[in-house]
Amino acid sequence: MSEYLLEVRDLKQYFPIRTGWFSSKPLKAVDGVSFNIKAGETLGLVGESGCGKTTVGRTILHLYKPTAGEIIYNGTPVTSQNISNFRQEMQIVFQDPYSSLNPRMTVSDIVGEPLDIHGLYSSKQERAERITELLNLVGLNSDHARRYAHEFSGGQRQRIGIARALAVKPKFIVCDEPVSALDVSIQAQVINTFEDLQKQLGIAYLFIAHDLLVVQHISQRIAVMYLGRIVEIADADEVITHPMHPYTQSLISAIPIPDPNTARTRKRIPLEGDVPSPLNMPAGCAFRPRCRYATERCAKECPGLVDIGGGHQIACWNPHE
Amino acid sequence: MSTPLLQVKNLCTSFNVDSGEVRAVNGISFNLDKGKVLGIVGESGSGKSVTAYSIMRILVEPGKITGGQILFNGEDIVQYSNKQMREFRGKRVSIIFQDPMTSLNPVYTIGNQLREAILLHTDRNREQANARALEMLQLVGVNEPEKRLKQYPYELSGGMRQRVMIAMALACEPDILIADEPTTALDVTIQAQILELMQELQKKMGMAIIMITHDLGVIADMCDEIIVMYAGRICERGTADEIFYNPRHEYTKGLLRSIPRLDTNHARLIPIAGSPVDLTNMPKGCAFASRCDECMKICLTELPEELDINDFHKASCWMNVKQVYDEAAREKEAENK
Amino acid sequence: MTYNADKLPKKNLLSLQIDLKKFEKASEDEKAQHETMRESTTFFRDGMRKLRRNPLAMISLVVLLCLVLTIVIVPMFYPYSYEQMITVNGKRDKTAKNLAPFTYSKNELKAMEEGTKVFPHIFGTDELCRDYFIRVLYGARVSLVVGLFASLIVLVIGLLYGSISGYFGGKVDMVMMRIVDIIYSLPDTLMVVLLSVVLTQVLGNTLQGTVLAKVGTNMISLFVVFGVLYWVGMARLVRGQILSIKTNEYVLAARAMGAKPGRIIRRHILPNCMSVIFISVALQIPSAIFTESFLSFIGLGVQAPMPSLGSLANAARGGMQSYPYKMVFPAIIICLIVLSFNLLGDGLRDAFDPKLRR
Repeated sequence: MSEYLLEVRDLKQYFPIRTGWFSSKPLKAVDGVSFNIKAGETLGLVGESGCGKTTVGRTILHLYKPTAGEIIYNGTPVTSQNISNFRQEMQIVFQDPYSSLNPRMTVSDIVGEPLDIHGLYSSKQERAERITELLNLVGLNSDHARRYAHEFSGGQRQRIGIARALAVKPKFIVCDEPVSALDVSIQAQVINTFEDLQKQLGIAYLFIAHDLLVVQHISQRIAVMYLGRIVEIADADEVITHPMHPYTQSLISAIPIPDPNTARTRKRIPLEGDVPSPLNMPAGCAFRPRCRYATERCAKECPGLVDIGGGHQIACWNPHE
Repeated sequence: MSTPLLQVKNLCTSFNVDSGEVRAVNGISFNLDKGKVLGIVGESGSGKSVTAYSIMRILVEPGKITGGQILFNGEDIVQYSNKQMREFRGKRVSIIFQDPMTSLNPVYTIGNQLREAILLHTDRNREQANARALEMLQLVGVNEPEKRLKQYPYELSGGMRQRVMIAMALACEPDILIADEPTTALDVTIQAQILELMQELQKKMGMAIIMITHDLGVIADMCDEIIVMYAGRICERGTADEIFYNPRHEYTKGLLRSIPRLDTNHARLIPIAGSPVDLTNMPKGCAFASRCDECMKICLTELPEELDINDFHKASCWMNVKQVYDEAAREKEAENK
Repeated sequence: MTYNADKLPKKNLLSLQIDLKKFEKASEDEKAQHETMRESTTFFRDGMRKLRRNPLAMISLVVLLCLVLTIVIVPMFYPYSYEQMITVNGKRDKTAKNLAPFTYSKNELKAMEEGTKVFPHIFGTDELCRDYFIRVLYGARVSLVVGLFASLIVLVIGLLYGSISGYFGGKVDMVMMRIVDIIYSLPDTLMVVLLSVVLTQVLGNTLQGTVLAKVGTNMISLFVVFGVLYWVGMARLVRGQILSIKTNEYVLAARAMGAKPGRIIRRHILPNCMSVIFISVALQIPSAIFTESFLSFIGLGVQAPMPSLGSLANAARGGMQSYPYKMVFPAIIICLIVLSFNLLGDGLRDAFDPKLRR
């Protein structure tokens, strides 16, 4: 048995983009990502749109076939052949509470579907009991079971999605921007639900989001992604208080803080320009064109993740405090 | 005191849908002075965007202004003819939208769209309009503006497109810029750039801004005054400091409690219970009552009136009335003793 | 903190006792009552409610129902048949040729004078002394059946082809869609002519004596053509629907649960594109009826003496100046059927198409 529940090693996911009749170019959505997650732990994965964070989550579950790299669950490598064995271990909660629930199914059918697929009950009554139990777990009641998804508000829909993921009693859930589409007041409800479930059931999360405020709240560790690569991983508090990678520094300084005094006094580290297209990645470090500290070395060699002490890893040639 | 630039008086906007009348905006009033930044914050369905669309009179069917006045420099624009309205939009008040991907026409070049906007509202000739377009692009910090003028929207990134939208909105030097969730679709680092740009332009050009967003962080960053909306009504208004440091409506308090803070103590969040109110089925009394921790009997039956907390702060919450009563009762008790 | 006490009515401050009750905390029950959840409706019920509110669609539905009922019931006790000459007292009545509506032939008048009752010819008679009303009814029957069957064939083939192409995507999709493109480019009228000639040769003898003989090789070739050619539109529609539904996160969620492709298509994809498909079938029926009428009109439709609305119109062409009503009646029926189906289809789309829902 290994120390980690999930190990991801050098995961790559390229999508072919047709550029001509017979030629195609790989879009490197994920380009060599490695991280580990312990049982019952939350790893936050942040980055801007198009950085490949959603692709990482989906590739781990083999919703996309990985181009290269290893995904090891509890010491066993997960492959396309044996993935069906892991469907009860790993689950996913999606971003959009509207498109992630089938509008033609009742809540009890949605939550009960994983039970049907894996034959997790022996009688109709047991199925109904289990569904009620799952709904209670996420703060809904059995009256809701007969209704259709469109009758619920965004937050309630997201809870239904969580109940569905929990139905197979997974040990690991990929949370793909689960609160981004929700209103602020509802976000907190759902975040609390996630935290409670983790405490109760000991589930590990890969919590993907673009909102650093949310991620730093829920995660024990945070990984920051930029253009298909992880540029920094550390304990959540460490990332917030001592970010070492220039991109992380800018990202943190750019978060809008809901506090007028802080907003007035703090200094932003502005990032120039836009994210380059992943089809046309700059040579060397992908962040170089926007980096304040870029040197010649950055243009030539791509930095790898290096531990700078205490499990704080960064991929940068010129780290600055 | 001079008349405010924009006065909204008891504005009501409804949508007639299959399931009945949805009162998206339900009698709101506010003033906007020259050169001020007003933030309207609220959740989806609170009526903040509908307010903006009502001011621009660009509501789509089946939306309709059903009552109230919108006075611009003392003139009621609700009574304007369509022709007057066309003149008014863009020249007096412009709007930028959330999605920079869909608000530019994909079949025309950036230059073409900018020029058209300028020609429509000023008596510049084509050459002058082109020059103005170039100037505007420089102003909003678009790099290589000459090249951009000849490009099509799909060739620009999201942040660039939003800059172009701002350039277009400001090309005719409007008195008011309405920004409807201008940074929601953008990444954090790009959002910071755009907010900074808007602040800078506001100082330079002196227009008033109505900033509509659900993000309290953006509001804290940008606004002089803040209006908090819930279910089509204003529940609290005041200066940024008053709203953030002395909230007097339970909804605002709950909202501020529920956002995660950037700190290292991972205290449990305190969410607002329940779900947003169903606008087709509005309850009696305060719309927030069923989600409110401090809900009182009166909240369920009577609509709270707006009360002055101080010179810079008003709120519509029965809790404030109760406080006054409690204080009066305590004074009475003290007197009795 | 300063309160603007002037704003508070003074009398309230004085009558604290009464007011304080109102300022008691509300119980959870009271709060729960305040919140109302809307009545539960299913997608189908909601759609039906919208459909019922659409007058044009409802009128169309009523017209179609009346038509179908007439077509089914009336021939059961109608005294004349579509293929036989009118008989008076057991004798063929050769004078009953080309009668105008509600008129009687000499023989019939004679018989009526003698006291026998003669059922009126509501639409008159044709040049072979057959009652025109029953012929139009049978024509409508044939047209409707052709429309329904042709649409059914189109639906089945299009659905199978489109779902396979859409779900598996990639190279499979590429090849299947190119085949569709090729079929699209074939001229359909020409194909019907060719097929009916070929089928007459091939099937002519084997059909003899079976029920199918009555239908005629032309009709069979018509169905074959529908089966071979007209499904392509449906296949494209289904494929497009599936491609768009496939990207929904609930399909991904089902895959993450370990659902097999068959289950995903059955449980998640098909139910969500069904409304769009049924609407398109409803709109396909009139077009099939039109095609049949057109083919019958140029003489490639049903075998005589079986009438169809198209062949009736064609037969009426000869004497159009003298007997215009023979053209008018089938034409009106075609119009009614096609218009009703189109309006009903539009109504269904407005009520059930998820893209048009608010």
